[in-house]
Amino acid sequence: MNGFASALLEHAFLRHALVAGLLVSVACGAMGTYVVVRRMTYIAGGIAHCVLGGIGAAVYLERAHGWTFVDPIHGALVAALLAALAIGTISVKAKERMDTAIGAVWAIGMATGVLFLARTPGYAQDLMSYLFGNILLVSTRDILVIAVMDALVLGVVVAFRNQLLAISFDEDYARARGVNVGFYHMILLVLVALTVVLLVTVVGVVLVIALLTIPAAIAGRFSGRLSQMMGLAVAASAVLTTGGLALSYNLNTPTGATIVLFAGAAYLVAVLASRLVRRRRLAS
Amino acid sequence: MSAPAAVDFRNVSLSYDGRDVLRDVSVVLEKGDFVSIVGPNGGGKTTFLKLVLGLLRPTSGTVRVFGGTPEAARPRIGYLPQRSAADRDFPARILDVVLTGRLPGARAFGPYSSLDREMALRALREVALADQSLRPFSALSGGEQQRTLIARALASEPELLLLDEPTSNLDVAMEKGLYDLLGRLHEQTTILLVTHDLGFVSDYTKTVVCMKQTLACHETGKLTGEMIVAMYGHDVRAVIHDHEDHPGGGRS
Repeated sequence: MNGFASALLEHAFLRHALVAGLLVSVACGAMGTYVVVRRMTYIAGGIAHCVLGGIGAAVYLERAHGWTFVDPIHGALVAALLAALAIGTISVKAKERMDTAIGAVWAIGMATGVLFLARTPGYAQDLMSYLFGNILLVSTRDILVIAVMDALVLGVVVAFRNQLLAISFDEDYARARGVNVGFYHMILLVLVALTVVLLVTVVGVVLVIALLTIPAAIAGRFSGRLSQMMGLAVAASAVLTTGGLALSYNLNTPTGATIVLFAGAAYLVAVLASRLVRRRRLAS
Repeated sequence: MSAPAAVDFRNVSLSYDGRDVLRDVSVVLEKGDFVSIVGPNGGGKTTFLKLVLGLLRPTSGTVRVFGGTPEAARPRIGYLPQRSAADRDFPARILDVVLTGRLPGARAFGPYSSLDREMALRALREVALADQSLRPFSALSGGEQQRTLIARALASEPELLLLDEPTSNLDVAMEKGLYDLLGRLHEQTTILLVTHDLGFVSDYTKTVVCMKQTLACHETGKLTGEMIVAMYGHDVRAVIHDHEDHPGGGRS
Protein backbone atom coordinates (compact mmCIF):
# COMPACT_ATOMS: atom_id res chain seq x y z
CA MET A 1 0.00 0.00 0.00
CA ASN A 2 2.95 2.31 0.71
CA GLY A 3 4.04 1.83 -2.87
CA PHE A 4 0.64 3.06 -4.00
CA ALA A 5 0.82 6.14 -1.76
CA SER A 6 4.19 7.26 -3.08
CA ALA A 7 3.11 6.45 -6.63
CA LEU A 8 0.14 8.77 -6.12
CA LEU A 9 2.51 11.64 -5.34
CA GLU A 10 4.60 10.77 -8.36
CA HIS A 11 2.00 10.18 -11.10
CA ALA A 12 -0.70 12.68 -12.07
CA PHE A 13 -2.66 9.98 -13.93
CA LEU A 14 -3.02 7.97 -10.71
CA ARG A 15 -4.24 11.03 -8.82
CA HIS A 16 -6.76 11.68 -11.58
CA ALA A 17 -7.95 8.09 -11.42
CA LEU A 18 -8.31 8.31 -7.63
CA VAL A 19 -10.29 11.56 -7.77
CA ALA A 20 -12.44 10.24 -10.62
CA GLY A 21 -13.18 7.07 -8.62
CA LEU A 22 -14.19 9.10 -5.57
CA LEU A 23 -16.40 11.49 -7.56
CA VAL A 24 -18.00 8.69 -9.55
CA SER A 25 -18.85 7.04 -6.22
CA VAL A 26 -21.20 9.89 -5.31
CA ALA A 27 -23.44 9.48 -8.38
CA CYS A 28 -23.13 5.68 -8.24
CA GLY A 29 -24.04 5.46 -4.56
CA ALA A 30 -27.09 7.70 -4.98
CA MET A 31 -28.43 6.23 -8.22
CA GLY A 32 -27.30 2.70 -7.35
CA THR A 33 -29.52 2.82 -4.25
CA TYR A 34 -32.58 3.40 -6.46
CA VAL A 35 -31.37 0.81 -8.97
CA VAL A 36 -31.14 -1.78 -6.20
CA VAL A 37 -34.34 -1.00 -4.26
CA ARG A 38 -36.41 -0.61 -7.45
CA ARG A 39 -34.77 -3.73 -8.94
CA MET A 40 -33.69 -1.81 -12.04
CA THR A 41 -30.34 -3.52 -12.57
CA TYR A 42 -31.46 -4.99 -15.87
CA ILE A 43 -32.67 -1.57 -17.03
CA ALA A 44 -29.32 0.00 -16.13
CA GLY A 45 -27.55 -2.81 -17.98
CA GLY A 46 -29.71 -2.26 -21.06
CA ILE A 47 -29.01 1.47 -21.10
CA ALA A 48 -25.29 0.89 -20.53
CA HIS A 49 -24.98 -1.47 -23.50
CA CYS A 50 -27.10 0.78 -25.70
CA VAL A 51 -24.54 3.49 -25.07
CA LEU A 52 -22.07 1.41 -27.12
CA GLY A 53 -24.29 1.92 -30.17
CA GLY A 54 -24.20 5.68 -29.68
CA ILE A 55 -20.44 5.71 -29.18
CA GLY A 56 -19.95 3.63 -32.32
CA ALA A 57 -22.16 5.94 -34.37
CA ALA A 58 -20.35 9.03 -33.08
CA VAL A 59 -16.90 7.62 -33.81
CA TYR A 60 -18.06 6.59 -37.29
CA LEU A 61 -19.50 10.03 -38.11
CA GLU A 62 -16.38 11.71 -36.83
CA ARG A 63 -13.94 9.58 -38.83
CA ALA A 64 -15.86 8.59 -41.97
CA HIS A 65 -17.73 11.83 -42.57
CA GLY A 66 -15.41 14.32 -40.96
CA TRP A 67 -17.95 15.54 -38.40
CA THR A 68 -15.19 16.70 -36.12
CA PHE A 69 -17.58 18.36 -33.68
CA VAL A 70 -18.95 14.94 -32.73
CA ASP A 71 -17.42 13.39 -29.64
CA PRO A 72 -18.10 9.82 -28.46
CA ILE A 73 -19.75 11.25 -25.34
CA HIS A 74 -22.37 12.97 -27.52
CA GLY A 75 -23.30 9.68 -29.14
CA ALA A 76 -23.37 8.02 -25.71
CA LEU A 77 -25.66 10.71 -24.35
CA VAL A 78 -28.14 10.49 -27.23
CA ALA A 79 -28.21 6.69 -27.11
CA ALA A 80 -28.66 6.59 -23.33
CA LEU A 81 -31.50 9.10 -23.32
CA LEU A 82 -33.23 7.33 -26.23
CA ALA A 83 -32.90 4.02 -24.39
CA ALA A 84 -34.26 5.56 -21.18
CA LEU A 85 -37.23 7.07 -23.00
CA ALA A 86 -37.95 3.81 -24.83
CA ILE A 87 -37.71 1.73 -21.64
CA GLY A 88 -39.73 4.29 -19.68
CA THR A 89 -42.51 4.30 -22.28
CA ILE A 90 -42.61 0.51 -22.40
CA SER A 91 -42.72 0.26 -18.62
CA VAL A 92 -45.76 2.56 -18.53
CA LYS A 93 -47.62 1.13 -21.54
CA ALA A 94 -46.77 -2.56 -21.46
CA LYS A 95 -45.14 -3.51 -18.21
CA GLU A 96 -45.47 -7.25 -18.75
CA ARG A 97 -43.23 -7.10 -21.83
CA MET A 98 -40.59 -5.08 -20.04
CA ASP A 99 -37.75 -7.59 -19.72
CA THR A 100 -38.14 -8.78 -23.31
CA ALA A 101 -38.02 -5.19 -24.57
CA ILE A 102 -34.93 -4.40 -22.48
CA GLY A 103 -33.21 -7.52 -23.77
CA ALA A 104 -33.87 -6.39 -27.34
CA VAL A 105 -32.72 -2.82 -26.68
CA TRP A 106 -29.57 -4.19 -25.02
CA ALA A 107 -28.60 -6.44 -27.94
CA ILE A 108 -29.55 -3.99 -30.70
CA GLY A 109 -27.56 -1.17 -29.10
CA MET A 110 -24.46 -3.30 -28.77
CA ALA A 111 -24.71 -4.73 -32.30
CA THR A 112 -25.09 -1.21 -33.70
CA GLY A 113 -21.89 -0.22 -31.97
CA VAL A 114 -19.98 -3.18 -33.39
CA LEU A 115 -21.22 -2.44 -36.94
CA PHE A 116 -20.31 1.24 -36.84
CA LEU A 117 -16.86 0.56 -35.41
CA ALA A 118 -16.25 -2.08 -38.10
CA ARG A 119 -17.12 0.46 -40.82
CA THR A 120 -14.98 3.20 -39.33
CA PRO A 121 -11.92 3.82 -41.51
CA GLY A 122 -8.40 3.90 -40.15
CA TYR A 123 -7.58 2.99 -36.61
CA ALA A 124 -10.79 1.68 -35.07
CA GLN A 125 -10.92 1.37 -31.35
CA ASP A 126 -11.59 -2.03 -29.98
CA LEU A 127 -15.02 -2.46 -28.40
CA MET A 128 -13.25 -3.99 -25.41
CA SER A 129 -11.87 -0.59 -24.44
CA TYR A 130 -15.44 0.66 -24.06
CA LEU A 131 -16.56 -2.45 -22.25
CA PHE A 132 -13.91 -2.07 -19.58
CA GLY A 133 -12.90 1.55 -20.10
CA ASN A 134 -9.73 2.91 -18.67
CA ILE A 135 -9.88 4.91 -15.51
CA LEU A 136 -6.15 5.60 -15.84
CA LEU A 137 -6.78 7.82 -18.89
CA VAL A 138 -9.14 10.24 -17.13
CA SER A 139 -8.46 13.89 -17.97
CA THR A 140 -9.01 17.00 -15.85
CA ARG A 141 -11.95 17.86 -18.10
CA ASP A 142 -13.53 14.43 -17.41
CA ILE A 143 -13.21 15.08 -13.69
CA LEU A 144 -14.99 18.41 -14.04
CA VAL A 145 -17.83 16.80 -16.01
CA ILE A 146 -18.22 14.11 -13.33
CA ALA A 147 -18.35 16.75 -10.59
CA VAL A 148 -21.10 18.64 -12.44
CA MET A 149 -23.00 15.39 -12.89
CA ASP A 150 -22.70 14.62 -9.17
CA ALA A 151 -24.19 18.01 -8.35
CA LEU A 152 -27.08 17.42 -10.76
CA VAL A 153 -27.85 13.95 -9.42
CA LEU A 154 -27.70 15.06 -5.78
CA GLY A 155 -29.82 18.15 -6.49
CA VAL A 156 -32.62 16.18 -8.13
CA VAL A 157 -32.49 13.40 -5.52
CA VAL A 158 -32.71 15.88 -2.64
CA ALA A 159 -35.53 17.86 -4.28
CA PHE A 160 -37.70 14.85 -5.10
CA ARG A 161 -36.60 12.43 -2.37
CA ASN A 162 -40.10 12.00 -0.93
CA GLN A 163 -41.71 11.25 -4.28
CA LEU A 164 -38.87 8.96 -5.31
CA LEU A 165 -39.13 7.08 -2.02
CA ALA A 166 -42.90 6.76 -2.43
CA ILE A 167 -42.75 5.29 -5.94
CA SER A 168 -39.87 3.02 -4.96
CA PHE A 169 -41.57 1.69 -1.84
CA ASP A 170 -45.03 1.13 -3.31
CA GLU A 171 -45.64 2.28 -6.86
CA ASP A 172 -49.30 1.18 -6.91
CA TYR A 173 -50.12 3.10 -3.78
CA ALA A 174 -48.36 6.23 -5.01
CA ARG A 175 -50.47 6.04 -8.18
CA ALA A 176 -53.63 5.59 -6.11
CA ARG A 177 -52.71 8.74 -4.18
CA GLY A 178 -52.49 10.75 -7.40
CA VAL A 179 -48.67 10.96 -7.51
CA ASN A 180 -47.46 11.21 -11.11
CA VAL A 181 -45.63 7.88 -11.04
CA GLY A 182 -44.72 7.91 -14.75
CA PHE A 183 -43.04 11.30 -14.44
CA TYR A 184 -40.89 10.38 -11.44
CA HIS A 185 -40.06 7.01 -12.94
CA MET A 186 -38.82 8.84 -16.03
CA ILE A 187 -36.74 11.21 -13.88
CA LEU A 188 -35.08 8.18 -12.30
CA LEU A 189 -34.42 6.57 -15.69
CA VAL A 190 -32.92 9.76 -17.13
CA LEU A 191 -30.68 10.19 -14.08
CA VAL A 192 -29.57 6.57 -14.35
CA ALA A 193 -28.92 7.11 -18.06
CA LEU A 194 -26.82 10.24 -17.41
CA THR A 195 -24.86 8.46 -14.69
CA VAL A 196 -24.26 5.52 -17.00
CA VAL A 197 -23.02 7.76 -19.84
CA LEU A 198 -20.52 9.47 -17.64
CA LEU A 199 -19.27 6.26 -16.22
CA VAL A 200 -19.04 4.42 -19.52
CA THR A 201 -16.70 6.99 -21.00
CA VAL A 202 -14.58 6.90 -17.85
CA VAL A 203 -14.63 3.35 -16.57
CA GLY A 204 -16.48 1.22 -19.13
CA VAL A 205 -19.77 -0.63 -19.29
CA VAL A 206 -18.92 -3.53 -16.98
CA LEU A 207 -17.65 -1.32 -14.17
CA VAL A 208 -20.78 0.85 -14.48
CA ILE A 209 -23.01 -2.11 -13.73
CA ALA A 210 -20.73 -3.21 -10.90
CA LEU A 211 -20.64 0.24 -9.29
CA LEU A 212 -24.40 0.81 -9.69
CA THR A 213 -25.24 -2.45 -7.96
CA ILE A 214 -22.55 -3.79 -5.64
CA PRO A 215 -21.97 -0.82 -3.28
CA ALA A 216 -25.73 -0.22 -2.90
CA ALA A 217 -26.36 -3.92 -2.38
CA ILE A 218 -23.72 -3.97 0.37
CA ALA A 219 -25.20 -0.81 1.94
CA GLY A 220 -28.73 -2.21 1.78
CA ARG A 221 -27.76 -5.06 4.09
CA PHE A 222 -26.93 -2.64 6.89
CA SER A 223 -29.45 0.18 6.38
CA GLY A 224 -32.85 0.94 7.87
CA ARG A 225 -33.42 4.13 5.88
CA LEU A 226 -33.04 5.08 2.25
CA SER A 227 -30.83 8.11 2.98
CA GLN A 228 -28.59 5.97 5.20
CA MET A 229 -28.33 3.40 2.43
CA MET A 230 -27.23 6.11 0.00
CA GLY A 231 -24.57 7.42 2.35
CA LEU A 232 -23.22 3.93 3.00
CA ALA A 233 -23.33 3.11 -0.72
CA VAL A 234 -21.26 6.22 -1.56
CA ALA A 235 -18.75 5.29 1.15
CA ALA A 236 -18.59 1.66 0.02
CA SER A 237 -18.11 2.71 -3.59
CA ALA A 238 -15.30 5.10 -2.61
CA VAL A 239 -13.53 2.39 -0.62
CA LEU A 240 -13.96 -0.19 -3.38
CA THR A 241 -12.72 2.02 -6.24
CA THR A 242 -9.75 3.28 -4.22
CA GLY A 243 -8.90 -0.19 -2.95
CA GLY A 244 -9.28 -1.69 -6.41
CA LEU A 245 -7.08 1.00 -7.90
CA ALA A 246 -4.34 0.38 -5.32
CA LEU A 247 -4.58 -3.37 -5.85
CA SER A 248 -4.34 -3.07 -9.61
CA TYR A 249 -1.30 -0.80 -9.28
CA ASN A 250 0.48 -3.17 -6.91
CA LEU A 251 -0.44 -6.33 -8.84
CA ASN A 252 -0.04 -4.68 -12.24
CA THR A 253 -3.49 -5.88 -13.38
CA PRO A 254 -6.15 -4.13 -15.53
CA THR A 255 -7.78 -1.50 -13.31
CA GLY A 256 -11.47 -1.83 -14.25
CA ALA A 257 -11.51 -5.60 -13.95
CA THR A 258 -9.59 -5.46 -10.66
CA ILE A 259 -12.08 -3.00 -9.17
CA VAL A 260 -15.00 -5.22 -10.26
CA LEU A 261 -13.45 -8.35 -8.73
CA PHE A 262 -12.49 -6.53 -5.53
CA ALA A 263 -16.08 -5.22 -5.25
CA GLY A 264 -17.48 -8.68 -5.90
CA ALA A 265 -15.32 -10.16 -3.14
CA ALA A 266 -16.40 -7.40 -0.77
CA TYR A 267 -20.05 -8.14 -1.55
CA LEU A 268 -19.57 -11.80 -0.65
CA VAL A 269 -17.96 -10.81 2.64
CA ALA A 270 -20.84 -8.38 3.34
CA VAL A 271 -23.46 -11.05 2.70
CA LEU A 272 -21.74 -13.42 5.13
CA ALA A 273 -21.18 -10.68 7.72
CA SER A 274 -24.79 -9.49 7.67
CA ARG A 275 -25.98 -13.08 8.08
CA LEU A 276 -23.74 -13.43 11.13
CA VAL A 277 -25.03 -10.15 12.57
CA ARG A 278 -28.63 -11.27 12.08
CA ARG A 279 -27.99 -14.70 13.60
CA ARG A 280 -26.33 -13.14 16.63
CA ARG A 281 -29.29 -10.75 17.02
CA LEU A 282 -31.70 -13.68 16.89
CA ALA A 283 -29.63 -15.65 19.39
CA SER A 284 -29.45 -12.86 21.95
CA MET B 1 -78.87 21.10 -6.22
CA SER B 2 -77.61 18.93 -3.41
CA ALA B 3 -73.94 18.19 -2.86
CA PRO B 4 -72.56 15.44 -5.12
CA ALA B 5 -72.54 11.93 -3.70
CA ALA B 6 -69.26 10.46 -2.49
CA VAL B 7 -69.45 7.63 -5.00
CA ASP B 8 -71.81 7.41 -7.96
CA PHE B 9 -71.79 4.36 -10.26
CA ARG B 10 -74.10 4.46 -13.32
CA ASN B 11 -74.57 1.19 -15.24
CA VAL B 12 -70.96 0.20 -14.69
CA SER B 13 -69.80 -3.02 -16.30
CA LEU B 14 -66.31 -4.38 -16.45
CA SER B 15 -65.24 -7.51 -18.22
CA TYR B 16 -61.80 -8.97 -18.32
CA ASP B 17 -60.79 -11.57 -20.91
CA GLY B 18 -64.44 -12.00 -21.87
CA ARG B 19 -65.48 -12.70 -18.28
CA ASP B 20 -67.86 -10.28 -16.52
CA VAL B 21 -66.32 -9.04 -13.29
CA LEU B 22 -69.04 -6.46 -12.73
CA ARG B 23 -72.34 -6.36 -14.60
CA ASP B 24 -74.49 -3.23 -14.85
CA VAL B 25 -73.79 -1.89 -11.36
CA SER B 26 -75.55 1.32 -10.37
CA VAL B 27 -75.18 2.63 -6.85
CA VAL B 28 -75.03 5.99 -5.08
CA LEU B 29 -73.14 6.18 -1.80
CA GLU B 30 -73.73 9.42 0.07
CA LYS B 31 -71.14 11.32 2.06
CA GLY B 32 -70.93 10.15 5.66
CA ASP B 33 -72.06 6.64 4.84
CA PHE B 34 -70.31 3.62 6.33
CA VAL B 35 -70.56 0.90 3.72
CA SER B 36 -69.58 -2.73 4.02
CA ILE B 37 -69.00 -4.65 0.84
CA VAL B 38 -69.43 -8.39 1.20
CA GLY B 39 -69.55 -11.17 -1.32
CA PRO B 40 -67.82 -14.35 -2.48
CA ASN B 41 -64.27 -14.50 -3.82
CA GLY B 42 -64.16 -13.20 -7.37
CA GLY B 43 -67.39 -11.30 -6.79
CA GLY B 44 -65.80 -7.99 -7.77
CA LYS B 45 -65.26 -6.34 -4.37
CA THR B 46 -61.66 -5.28 -4.92
CA THR B 47 -62.51 -4.35 -8.51
CA PHE B 48 -65.18 -2.02 -7.16
CA LEU B 49 -62.61 -0.17 -5.00
CA LYS B 50 -60.16 0.04 -7.90
CA LEU B 51 -62.86 1.60 -10.06
CA VAL B 52 -63.46 4.22 -7.35
CA LEU B 53 -59.73 5.04 -7.46
CA GLY B 54 -59.62 5.05 -11.25
CA LEU B 55 -56.97 2.30 -11.21
CA LEU B 56 -59.35 0.33 -13.45
CA ARG B 57 -61.66 1.76 -16.09
CA PRO B 58 -65.16 0.46 -16.68
CA THR B 59 -65.88 -1.31 -19.96
CA SER B 60 -69.10 0.67 -20.05
CA GLY B 61 -70.92 3.07 -17.73
CA THR B 62 -69.58 5.98 -15.68
CA VAL B 63 -67.94 6.34 -12.28
CA ARG B 64 -68.07 9.69 -10.49
CA VAL B 65 -66.36 10.37 -7.17
CA PHE B 66 -67.29 13.56 -5.32
CA GLY B 67 -68.95 14.65 -8.56
CA GLY B 68 -65.73 14.43 -10.62
CA THR B 69 -63.50 11.83 -12.20
CA PRO B 70 -61.89 9.18 -9.98
CA GLU B 71 -58.43 10.47 -10.96
CA ALA B 72 -59.26 13.97 -9.73
CA ALA B 73 -60.55 12.57 -6.44
CA ARG B 74 -57.46 10.45 -5.67
CA PRO B 75 -55.78 12.91 -3.27
CA ARG B 76 -59.00 12.98 -1.20
CA ILE B 77 -59.04 9.19 -0.82
CA GLY B 78 -57.20 7.04 1.71
CA TYR B 79 -56.65 3.48 0.54
CA LEU B 80 -55.59 0.23 2.14
CA PRO B 81 -55.01 -2.38 -0.58
CA GLN B 82 -55.78 -6.02 0.12
CA ARG B 83 -52.41 -7.22 -1.03
CA SER B 84 -50.04 -4.34 -0.85
CA ALA B 85 -47.37 -4.13 -3.52
CA ALA B 86 -45.15 -2.54 -0.88
CA ASP B 87 -41.64 -3.94 -0.74
CA ARG B 88 -41.47 -5.58 2.71
CA ASP B 89 -37.67 -5.37 2.84
CA PHE B 90 -37.48 -1.73 1.79
CA PRO B 91 -35.09 0.40 3.87
CA ALA B 92 -37.53 2.88 5.41
CA ARG B 93 -38.73 3.72 8.91
CA ILE B 94 -42.38 3.43 9.92
CA LEU B 95 -42.68 7.22 9.84
CA ASP B 96 -41.21 7.41 6.31
CA VAL B 97 -43.83 4.94 5.08
CA VAL B 98 -46.73 6.75 6.72
CA LEU B 99 -45.51 10.11 5.35
CA THR B 100 -45.85 8.79 1.79
CA GLY B 101 -49.59 8.84 2.53
CA ARG B 102 -49.33 12.67 2.62
CA LEU B 103 -48.29 12.86 -1.02
CA PRO B 104 -48.82 14.36 -3.52
CA GLY B 105 -49.19 17.24 -1.04
CA ALA B 106 -49.06 20.96 -1.54
CA ARG B 107 -45.37 21.17 -2.43
CA ALA B 108 -44.04 19.87 -5.73
CA PHE B 109 -40.64 19.15 -4.17
CA GLY B 110 -38.60 19.56 -1.01
CA PRO B 111 -39.12 18.20 2.50
CA TYR B 112 -42.38 17.33 4.25
CA SER B 113 -43.99 20.17 6.21
CA SER B 114 -44.38 20.11 9.98
CA LEU B 115 -48.13 19.62 9.39
CA ASP B 116 -47.32 16.50 7.34
CA ARG B 117 -45.29 15.11 10.24
CA GLU B 118 -47.92 15.99 12.77
CA MET B 119 -50.64 14.23 10.78
CA ALA B 120 -48.45 11.18 10.20
CA LEU B 121 -47.77 10.89 13.94
CA ARG B 122 -51.46 11.33 14.69
CA ALA B 123 -52.29 8.50 12.29
CA LEU B 124 -49.65 6.36 14.01
CA ARG B 125 -51.20 7.07 17.40
CA GLU B 126 -54.51 5.75 16.04
CA VAL B 127 -52.90 2.37 15.33
CA ALA B 128 -50.77 2.41 18.52
CA LEU B 129 -47.43 2.71 16.74
CA ALA B 130 -46.52 6.33 17.53
CA ASP B 131 -43.81 5.37 20.04
CA GLN B 132 -42.15 3.12 17.46
CA SER B 133 -42.22 5.52 14.52
CA LEU B 134 -38.44 5.30 13.97
CA ARG B 135 -38.22 1.50 13.74
CA PRO B 136 -37.39 0.04 10.32
CA PHE B 137 -40.48 -1.14 8.44
CA SER B 138 -38.69 -4.33 7.40
CA ALA B 139 -38.20 -5.36 11.05
CA LEU B 140 -41.94 -5.35 11.80
CA SER B 141 -44.28 -8.32 12.13
CA GLY B 142 -47.02 -8.83 9.55
CA GLY B 143 -49.61 -7.27 11.87
CA GLU B 144 -47.43 -4.24 12.60
CA GLN B 145 -46.81 -3.75 8.89
CA GLN B 146 -50.57 -3.89 8.31
CA ARG B 147 -51.12 -1.25 11.03
CA THR B 148 -48.45 0.93 9.43
CA LEU B 149 -50.27 0.71 6.09
CA ILE B 150 -53.56 1.58 7.81
CA ALA B 151 -51.86 4.65 9.29
CA ARG B 152 -50.59 5.53 5.81
CA ALA B 153 -54.20 5.49 4.56
CA LEU B 154 -55.29 7.72 7.47
CA ALA B 155 -52.41 10.19 7.23
CA SER B 156 -53.94 12.24 4.44
CA GLU B 157 -57.07 12.97 6.50
CA PRO B 158 -59.09 11.40 3.70
CA GLU B 159 -62.69 12.35 2.98
CA LEU B 160 -63.20 8.86 1.65
CA LEU B 161 -61.52 5.80 3.14
CA LEU B 162 -61.29 2.56 1.13
CA LEU B 163 -60.27 -0.46 3.20
CA ASP B 164 -59.81 -3.81 1.50
CA GLU B 165 -59.91 -6.52 4.18
CA PRO B 166 -58.11 -4.41 6.78
CA THR B 167 -58.25 -7.06 9.52
CA SER B 168 -56.11 -9.63 7.76
CA ASN B 169 -52.97 -10.13 9.86
CA LEU B 170 -54.48 -8.36 12.89
CA ASP B 171 -55.00 -10.09 16.22
CA VAL B 172 -58.37 -9.92 17.95
CA ALA B 173 -57.49 -6.95 20.16
CA MET B 174 -56.16 -4.88 17.25
CA GLU B 175 -59.20 -5.85 15.19
CA LYS B 176 -61.51 -4.52 17.86
CA GLY B 177 -59.36 -1.37 18.08
CA LEU B 178 -59.64 -0.85 14.32
CA TYR B 179 -63.43 -1.17 14.35
CA ASP B 180 -63.68 1.31 17.23
CA LEU B 181 -61.45 3.69 15.27
CA LEU B 182 -63.63 3.38 12.17
CA GLY B 183 -66.68 4.00 14.31
CA ARG B 184 -65.14 7.29 15.47
CA LEU B 185 -63.80 8.28 12.05
CA HIS B 186 -67.00 7.85 10.14
CA GLU B 187 -68.40 11.05 11.62
CA GLN B 188 -66.13 13.00 9.23
CA THR B 189 -65.17 10.34 6.74
CA THR B 190 -67.09 8.24 4.26
CA ILE B 191 -65.91 4.64 4.66
CA LEU B 192 -66.03 1.76 2.19
CA LEU B 193 -64.98 -1.49 3.77
CA VAL B 194 -64.47 -4.80 2.01
CA THR B 195 -64.83 -7.53 4.58
CA HIS B 196 -65.53 -11.19 5.13
CA ASP B 197 -66.55 -10.49 8.68
CA LEU B 198 -70.32 -10.79 8.43
CA GLY B 199 -70.72 -10.31 12.17
CA PHE B 200 -69.01 -6.95 12.04
CA VAL B 201 -71.16 -5.84 9.13
CA SER B 202 -74.36 -5.78 11.13
CA ASP B 203 -72.77 -4.28 14.26
CA TYR B 204 -71.22 -1.15 12.85
CA THR B 205 -72.11 -0.26 9.29
CA LYS B 206 -75.06 1.61 7.89
CA THR B 207 -75.21 0.10 4.43
CA VAL B 208 -74.29 -3.34 3.19
CA VAL B 209 -73.46 -3.89 -0.44
CA CYS B 210 -73.56 -7.48 -1.56
CA MET B 211 -71.45 -8.03 -4.58
CA LYS B 212 -71.50 -10.99 -6.91
CA GLN B 213 -70.94 -9.49 -10.35
CA THR B 214 -74.21 -7.63 -9.84
CA LEU B 215 -74.98 -5.66 -6.74
CA ALA B 216 -77.64 -5.47 -4.09
CA CYS B 217 -77.84 -2.73 -1.50
CA HIS B 218 -79.33 -3.19 1.95
CA GLU B 219 -79.67 -1.26 5.10
CA THR B 220 -78.03 -3.04 8.00
CA GLY B 221 -80.51 -5.07 9.99
CA LYS B 222 -82.30 -6.14 6.87
CA LEU B 223 -79.48 -8.53 6.09
CA THR B 224 -81.15 -11.87 6.44
CA GLY B 225 -80.09 -15.45 6.11
CA GLU B 226 -81.92 -15.78 2.82
CA MET B 227 -80.00 -12.87 1.33
CA ILE B 228 -76.70 -14.39 2.31
CA VAL B 229 -77.72 -17.72 0.83
CA ALA B 230 -78.86 -15.99 -2.36
CA MET B 231 -75.54 -14.25 -2.65
CA TYR B 232 -73.12 -16.99 -1.73
CA GLY B 233 -75.24 -19.81 -3.20
CA HIS B 234 -74.07 -23.27 -2.36
CA ASP B 235 -70.78 -21.87 -1.12
CA VAL B 236 -72.39 -20.53 2.00
CA ARG B 237 -71.41 -23.54 4.08
CA ALA B 238 -67.73 -23.17 3.25
CA VAL B 239 -67.88 -19.50 4.19
CA ILE B 240 -69.42 -20.25 7.54
CA HIS B 241 -66.80 -22.92 8.16
CA ASP B 242 -64.11 -20.38 7.52
CA HIS B 243 -65.44 -18.09 10.18
CA GLU B 244 -66.03 -20.69 12.82
CA ASP B 245 -62.56 -22.02 12.23
CA HIS B 246 -63.52 -25.66 11.90
CA PRO B 247 -60.55 -27.93 11.37
CA GLY B 248 -60.40 -28.82 7.71
CA GLY B 249 -63.34 -26.57 6.87
CA GLY B 250 -63.59 -24.27 3.89
CA ARG B 251 -60.01 -23.93 2.82
CA SER B 252 -58.33 -26.51 0.70
